[in-house]
Amino acid sequence: MTSLSTPVSDQDLFAFVYAEARLLDELKFEQWLALYTDDAYYWMPLAHDQDDPQLHASLMYEDKLLLRVRVERLAGQRTFSQQPKSRCHHLLQQPTIEHDHAEHAPEQGRYVVRVAFHYVETRQDTQQLYAGWSTLHLVERQGALRIRLKRVDLVNCDAAFGSIQLFM
Amino acid sequence: MGHYRNNPDAIRALVRDTEVHKDLFVDQELFELEMEQLYARTWVYVGHDSQVPNPGDFITTTVGDEPVVMVRHSDRSVRVLINRCPHKGTMVAGDACGNTGKFFRCPYHAWTFKTDGSLLSIPLKKGYENTGLEHCEASKGMAAVSHVRNHRGFVFCRLSDQGEDFETFFGDALSTLDNMVDRSPEGRLEVAGGVFRYLHRCNWKMLVDNQTDTCHPMVAHESSAGTAVRVWDQAPEGTPKPMAVELYAPFISPYEFFEGMGIRVWQNGHGHTGVSDSIHASYSTIPGYWDAMVTAYGEDRARAILGDVRHNTVYFPNIMVKGPIQTLRIFKPLAADRTLVESWTFRLVGAPDQLLERTLMYNRLINAPTSVVGHDDLEVYERAQDGLRTRARSWVNVGRLYDPVEHGQKNVVTNGTNEWQMRNQYRAWARYMTQGMEDAA
Repeated sequence: MTSLSTPVSDQDLFAFVYAEARLLDELKFEQWLALYTDDAYYWMPLAHDQDDPQLHASLMYEDKLLLRVRVERLAGQRTFSQQPKSRCHHLLQQPTIEHDHAEHAPEQGRYVVRVAFHYVETRQDTQQLYAGWSTLHLVERQGALRIRLKRVDLVNCDAAFGSIQLFM
Repeated sequence: MGHYRNNPDAIRALVRDTEVHKDLFVDQELFELEMEQLYARTWVYVGHDSQVPNPGDFITTTVGDEPVVMVRHSDRSVRVLINRCPHKGTMVAGDACGNTGKFFRCPYHAWTFKTDGSLLSIPLKKGYENTGLEHCEASKGMAAVSHVRNHRGFVFCRLSDQGEDFETFFGDALSTLDNMVDRSPEGRLEVAGGVFRYLHRCNWKMLVDNQTDTCHPMVAHESSAGTAVRVWDQAPEGTPKPMAVELYAPFISPYEFFEGMGIRVWQNGHGHTGVSDSIHASYSTIPGYWDAMVTAYGEDRARAILGDVRHNTVYFPNIMVKGPIQTLRIFKPLAADRTLVESWTFRLVGAPDQLLERTLMYNRLINAPTSVVGHDDLEVYERAQDGLRTRARSWVNVGRLYDPVEHGQKNVVTNGTNEWQMRNQYRAWARYMTQGMEDAA
């Protein structure tokens, strides 16, 4: 990551969002995980407009420990569902700064950024296309941006899926 | 050209004492016969009555490959109708769930039907005078399934007029559903939290088979549960054990644990793992729950209910229930090599919300399209579906701990790694596949 300007500019925020997706596309999962704060969540709702991750099911609602389990599992010798491995690609729209979001407070070093995506995940001869938007809640920590919440809303969140093995 | 239709001997020959033929998993003619015969003659789960609390409430689903609508009728009973307009064939109910009011109205020509399926009205009905409509199927309304049973909220149906009655079919197996209901201080469950729908490129029976396969978790799930335990071991001393680790860790228990917990084999393909112990036995207590149970049932009864920690109960042909964690999975057959798995969850009415939270976390971690445990399982099913195409080997082995004296026995508790319950399922399969052919002969 390049160093941040002071104050954090829109360009810094956009660059961060692109860089996060690129780490996933390059399968650099350890470096990707390091972008998340220790109290972070990665949330993929199961319902459209879902507001409750606890008393309604989600496709993913992973704290840092569960994210680490996934990342280490992907690298495991006996992870048979990753033999051969999956690959992924994000096509991102230019992000928008969510100025009206209650959590967006630049003066306190907190930012909310939304980015629409087309995402493909591929393994063997199968390639799946997913579309949606991510909302990232970012914080400034020791002069760098970190993710406290990444919420991934799929446009077909309630559809029947095969295995989704990587991160959007 | 198939060779199984009207050939019960050929079908029975596919199920040996300790082996089943690969055609059970790959042959499309057998799949079609399963839909016609097995799914018609058995009592198949449709849905839960909490999904249709008020008159006019409905859900759409399938029984085998039959599209059905389960609806609360005006007399408050739950009815199951074939979801097909008798006029041109249009599926009358489109949404996964909803309320249709006092009647269904077909979106094509506005024929209407009462919620028991009977024909209510046809626009421009005069045009059918002297056409013999009253002798046509079209005048009979949406076909209603005659054999429907609601057992403490769980709705099952038998499509065929032939077959065993509900009690004969299930026998003592209903005790798992009873235990799950009894875990509510009010004796009531509600479907809650949404449903995971997970597509599998494999035969539906692989999933049923897997439910009592206790020799796979420590192998297939080393990558998920094993990694979870390893990551947790690196946490600083004194860190409280997260709920997720509590749910994952038992999957990596050693063979001895699964041998010791036992399997109970009922009749007609039903059975369950986890008799004296199970992977669900050691979850943390949730504040307020025990007190609510004691108030409702008294201490002895509450202890007995919560002490029953059954692991997976298979209700043949195609659901699995976990009482202690309140989940129900349906293995919906789509084709010989396609299955849709639906994972449902229940709220114990009158119990603290934290129980539902744990139920939903379990379902998400173990049974979702995004679940790493699910990825482990689906990978081996799909590899089996592909591997079974070979002509070099024709049989799948289910012979672990086979004993010839087991034939005809029922309600037996055995070693937790015995494949007797799988054999029970395949013997039931052969029987329900051929009953109708024998009757017709």
